Amino acid sequence: MAKVMVLIGTKKGAFIAESDEARKEWSLRGPFCNMWPIHHFIADPATGALHGAGGNEWFGPAIWTSRDLGETWTHSSQGLAYEAGKEPVAAAWSVAPRNGELYAGVQPAGLFRSTDGGETFEHIEGLQNHPTRPEWNPGGAGLILHSIVFDPKDPERIWIGISSAGVFYTEDGGKTWEPRNKGTRADFFPEDQRYPEFGQCVHNLVRAAGSDRLYQQNHCGMYRSDDAGQSWQSIEEGLPSDFGFPAGAHPRDPETLFLIPLNGAEKGRFVPDGKAAVWRTRDGGRTWADLRNGLPQENAYFGVLRQAMATDRLEPAGVYFGTGTGTLFASADEGENWVSIADHLPTISSVETYVID
Amino acid sequence: MEIGHNSGDHPIVARLQGVMVDLFPGAPRRVEMSARTVAEMIDELDRRWPGMGDRIRDTRPAIRKHMNVFVEGERARLETEIPRGAEVFIITAISGG
Repeated sequence: MAKVMVLIGTKKGAFIAESDEARKEWSLRGPFCNMWPIHHFIADPATGALHGAGGNEWFGPAIWTSRDLGETWTHSSQGLAYEAGKEPVAAAWSVAPRNGELYAGVQPAGLFRSTDGGETFEHIEGLQNHPTRPEWNPGGAGLILHSIVFDPKDPERIWIGISSAGVFYTEDGGKTWEPRNKGTRADFFPEDQRYPEFGQCVHNLVRAAGSDRLYQQNHCGMYRSDDAGQSWQSIEEGLPSDFGFPAGAHPRDPETLFLIPLNGAEKGRFVPDGKAAVWRTRDGGRTWADLRNGLPQENAYFGVLRQAMATDRLEPAGVYFGTGTGTLFASADEGENWVSIADHLPTISSVETYVID
Repeated sequence: MEIGHNSGDHPIVARLQGVMVDLFPGAPRRVEMSARTVAEMIDELDRRWPGMGDRIRDTRPAIRKHMNVFVEGERARLETEIPRGAEVFIITAISGG
């Protein structure tokens, strides 16, 4: 029977919730990573290793690694650095495995690669050399590279999301990059400059299964791209707001996406009307359904951060999200029914899944 | 661990906090070594416990913003000289949350 792990990054360490494939009974382990803020916590299915991307106010950035499913840990920031004199890397914000390599996104925004499972890193300098780099401005959490998306068929193609520089794309493994933000808004710019080439505040970027389709949750809207990010179409119609942080792609169906719209950037960033809902589309964002069964429907004043929603690869797919108030909600039926599987964690920064057959 | 092994030339003592040694299993709270400056002391700590240097010193390079290194009761910089026989305290600053 498969083992299902939900990997939870929090402001004070990482946790692991575990179940079998029924996903009914859950147990919790942690905190790991010496209570460091862990912005993103993932598994590399190719190696079985767990990796936590973090940064500590005292000790700086590190990628934490466990090769025994959380029993023992090491940490490293070797090579996770800009050249002397430049603003140092403050924290790692995202980590993504591909073909035995590990990529890490950091603050201030940059992309690093490890070919030894997270022990040492090398800087992918091409992104830093982009001519727009001096004009990138930080979002509320700093100038962070939070989303790393690969093309499983072509290792040279990578999309990244930076708050608030926007989406960038490479098709030569990171040597050269181009902005891919056409059609996405930047409402925080003057009225005649709200569709810039770059500078959008992308909150989360995901790839739909088996296609060149991408979805993003932005500070200003929700979007779909059917051409690998060359152009974006708004999919906000039918949703209660244009603001939110995470986006969850279905493991198999490119038409299905999960979002958690919040009441607005300047209205507390809560679930709307004090009632929690995950919104699901089955048709690429043309229509939406609000899924509330089991979620609090009164006096709910929480948000969900940008990396704090995930799906698993089981059938039907599980969907998970963690709140700013430390509750982890799970659905074993693609969002139809929800239960809380951990209630009093620190602020949840990220949620990912790892299914072991 | 070769504590005290290299303390003949310009002996000093580096004092580490629990929160630091917790990150490097096997590291003691009190480390005897030879070092003439704070930078040399950090290099020697990093040689003995790879990665410890990164936790104290950023890549500008400078002592991390929320770390304090005290030499004879004064906040030190990387180039601060350490008197022979001195104890150097490496301490996390107070931080909220």
